[in-house]
Amino acid sequence: MEEIERHQHDVLVIGAGGAGLRAAIEAKRVGAKVAVLCKSLLGKAHTVMAEGGAAAALATVAPEDSWEIHFRDTIRGGKGMSDWRMALALAQEAPARIRELEAWGALFDRTADGRILVRPFGGHTHARLAHVGDRTGLEMIRTLQDRVVALDIPAYMECTVIRLLKDGPRIAGALAYRRATGHFVLFRAKAIILATGGAGKAWLVTSNSWEYTGDGHALATQAGADLIGMEFMQFHPTGMVWPPSVHGTLVTEGVRGEGGVLRNSKGDRFMFRYIPEAWRAEYAATEEEADRWVAGHRSARRPPELLTRDVTARAIVQEVAEGRGSPHGGVYLDIATKRDPEYIRRKLPSMYHQFKELAGVDITKEPMEVGPTVHYIMGGVKVDPETQESTVPGLFAAGEVAGGLHGANRLGGNSLSDLLVFGRRAGSGAAAYATRAGAWASVNEHEIEEAVRAALAPFERGDGENPFAIHNELRHLMQHKVGSARARAGLEEAVEEIRTLRGRAACARVTGGREYNPGWHTWLDLHSLLTVSELVARAALERSESRGAHTRDDYPREDPELARLHIVVRRDADRITTRREPIPEPPPELKQILEGKKASG
Amino acid sequence: MAERVFRVFRGTRERGELVDYRVEASEGMVVLDALHSIQARQAPDLAVRWNCKAGKCGSCSAEVNGSPRLTCMTRVDDFPANEPITVTPMQAFPVIKDLVTDVSWNYEVARRIPPFRARSPDFPDGSWRIYPYEVERAQEFRKCIECFLCQDVCHVLRTHGKHAEFMGPAFLVRAAAYETHPLDVEERSSYLKDEGGIGYCNITKCCTEVCPESIQITDNAIIPLKERVVTRHYDPLLKLVRRIARH
Ligand SMILES: Cc1cc2nc3c(=O)[nH]c(=O)nc-3n(C[C@H](O)[C@H](O)[C@H](O)COP(=O)(O)OP(=O)(O)OC[C@H]3O[C@@H](n4cnc5c(N)ncnc54)[C@H](O)[C@@H]3O)c2cc1C
Ligand code: SF4
Ligand code: SF4
Ligand code: FES
Repeated sequence: MEEIERHQHDVLVIGAGGAGLRAAIEAKRVGAKVAVLCKSLLGKAHTVMAEGGAAAALATVAPEDSWEIHFRDTIRGGKGMSDWRMALALAQEAPARIRELEAWGALFDRTADGRILVRPFGGHTHARLAHVGDRTGLEMIRTLQDRVVALDIPAYMECTVIRLLKDGPRIAGALAYRRATGHFVLFRAKAIILATGGAGKAWLVTSNSWEYTGDGHALATQAGADLIGMEFMQFHPTGMVWPPSVHGTLVTEGVRGEGGVLRNSKGDRFMFRYIPEAWRAEYAATEEEADRWVAGHRSARRPPELLTRDVTARAIVQEVAEGRGSPHGGVYLDIATKRDPEYIRRKLPSMYHQFKELAGVDITKEPMEVGPTVHYIMGGVKVDPETQESTVPGLFAAGEVAGGLHGANRLGGNSLSDLLVFGRRAGSGAAAYATRAGAWASVNEHEIEEAVRAALAPFERGDGENPFAIHNELRHLMQHKVGSARARAGLEEAVEEIRTLRGRAACARVTGGREYNPGWHTWLDLHSLLTVSELVARAALERSESRGAHTRDDYPREDPELARLHIVVRRDADRITTRREPIPEPPPELKQILEGKKASG
Repeated sequence: MAERVFRVFRGTRERGELVDYRVEASEGMVVLDALHSIQARQAPDLAVRWNCKAGKCGSCSAEVNGSPRLTCMTRVDDFPANEPITVTPMQAFPVIKDLVTDVSWNYEVARRIPPFRARSPDFPDGSWRIYPYEVERAQEFRKCIECFLCQDVCHVLRTHGKHAEFMGPAFLVRAAAYETHPLDVEERSSYLKDEGGIGYCNITKCCTEVCPESIQITDNAIIPLKERVVTRHYDPLLKLVRRIARH
């Protein structure tokens, strides 16, 4: 067998988005020898694309905001499916994590009195998103990247992990390949942090990039870890729908945060008709009241465009289904009639640019055409809320790949603060584990040889399908049978078809050499994509109710029985199994906050 | 819609050629879409980088008909329908394969720039007051998406290969982002003058023309930095006074 490049680090962070970089910074701070690796170049992870902002109860615009209200909003937005300990940590720590970024050089937009400006977003009671125009993610990733560079943390770029290695129950290392050369690299590590992000590339219409193939979810599954909440996939209500080239590309919720409104083809602001009963008291009753709220009148209630994403996405789907859609099957998002051109260009420069260049639409003059797009996976690796350790000793997870925080529906802006709060916790948790672990776990050379052989197998075949074609079929399958509305029959077919696709992938062929070969990379990604697709389909079958982002046509209502249960999926031998597990109950004082009895003003 | 011809560089550092591919053009198609279509149907091993497909990450840089562009923001219908569109890798960096170049040199330069260092906090809770007018200048430079198109076009790197002596416009922008940061107190003028080689820039402004973020690289970043280097470098007393004042 070929010589394999080898490295060893106390803590290995797989992923260089916000979560991975923040984790590495913390692990380094507490003295661990840490390295990060990523599939793309440094600074290109999904985090760079985040637009709207990071949620933190800084209370710089609405002085009445507090961690208690952020905590309550998060749990309510998650339809009771969030782990309260994670929601609490997020609400309490996010302000400090944002201020810390400022100390490292991030420059957020400012209030007139020199503090961090926050903007309103869906599901947040008060203006709460720290932002930089509509390029908040760029500011965040660059600041963290600079910090990693200043701390001299090694970064292996364009290096993709394909397998986790274990020594008995405990984690021992990871096998990766370098994209440029196609050569394999072995990393031994005492602790590994998965910070690999999401899985949207299993669907057809998505805001996600090629990186989002669910590698971390699949690696954790392979290692035998528990995953929770996999049935909850967020459809962002506003993706671009036209032209085809940009179908799915995100239109930030910041447009609505800045006062943008949704209309159907009749010109009707339909969201007023979709306010759920339980939320009615908190949302404006008339357009006039909504406009007053946008103008800053504290007595008015917020516009229904700022309902949570699950509600808004469903409303758009219904409007289109009932024949009130736009020419390309979306609805209209209009900021042109609400804000002056100068303001729009200043607060939403990249949206302005994106529509102008890619759709030929001037958003300061015309409405945008938008519709739902697969955006974010709420489900992920089940972790301990203090340390982010999974059920596999030495394996940690943070960011989008971790489960538990966002429940059945993530609030906008809560991901960026999630990355900071839980990235940091994972960094210290993993470093502490590495110290405790003592001697290095050993890796099984035979297992490595096998994995390398399997990875190279498609080059050997003289005949076989093109991996891109299989990926494309999977995307159609997931979009149609495991999309925003699901039912038993379709889900069962999906599980079956995923199995068939797996069989076809096993016989697919890769042409060309090992150097920077996207055909081969896609073939390797297929393994993750098929695994994550099966996890989602199986969890969706198990949750026989509709809740948050998970809509079952055959069970259109919430089931109180399932209200306090997680669906846990894991690998047992060669099968994916599901089970139900109670969600921990919050203590009485927090329950009071949730019921709005405390600190609601 | 019509078929279009894409003439794409295929090969490595040692050898390569332009290969023609026919692609069915759809409405609103960008060059990156065409490359993806070639990958999916004709040449699965065609190497390209991309991530966001919306001009936000700076991964998909290449040269379209010889000019440095983000391929995800370059509309196919901007070019005459009857002529092939040529796509080649950035010239200022060694080719790895096809349209993918080895840009690691840029990351090394980034490691050498003296990093951001904040003045001590204004308040006991560790925070600062920063007013809106103070962030504007630095925010322009912080828009940089590290696409390296400006590095690609700059003749000091592209034609003269002075990678060892000159940091290039992208990192002058980075340095300007630190230098105009309202909290920063680091001293970078000797770095800029010596290791960074700011003197190599002769203000041709080609970098500004290609910047997809419309950063006024030459006027707003490089020229003020050059002025700073001159005043600070030749006036040690001023430098000392400034240091004391800022701490
Ligand atoms: C267009 C868009 C806009 C958004 N806007 C917002 C917003 O305004 N506010 C908000 O809170 N959230 C927003 N989100 C969501 C948020 O950006 C993401 O959830 C978040 O950035 C994920 O961060 P992460 O650190 O978990 O993963 P990422 O930033 O995606 O990083 C994942 C990393 O893992 C690496 N990786 C993956 N697999 C492997 C492997 N096998 N081997 C090695 N490395 C691997 C990748 O290369 C990458 O470096 C947005 C998302 C999108 C797509
Ligand atoms: S202005 Fe200076 S940095 Fe920019 S391209 Fe010309 S020589 Fe290079
Ligand atoms: S300054 Fe502009 S051209 Fe240069 S790397 Fe940054 S974004 Fe790209
Ligand atoms: S793919 Fe991100 S800028 Fe082109």
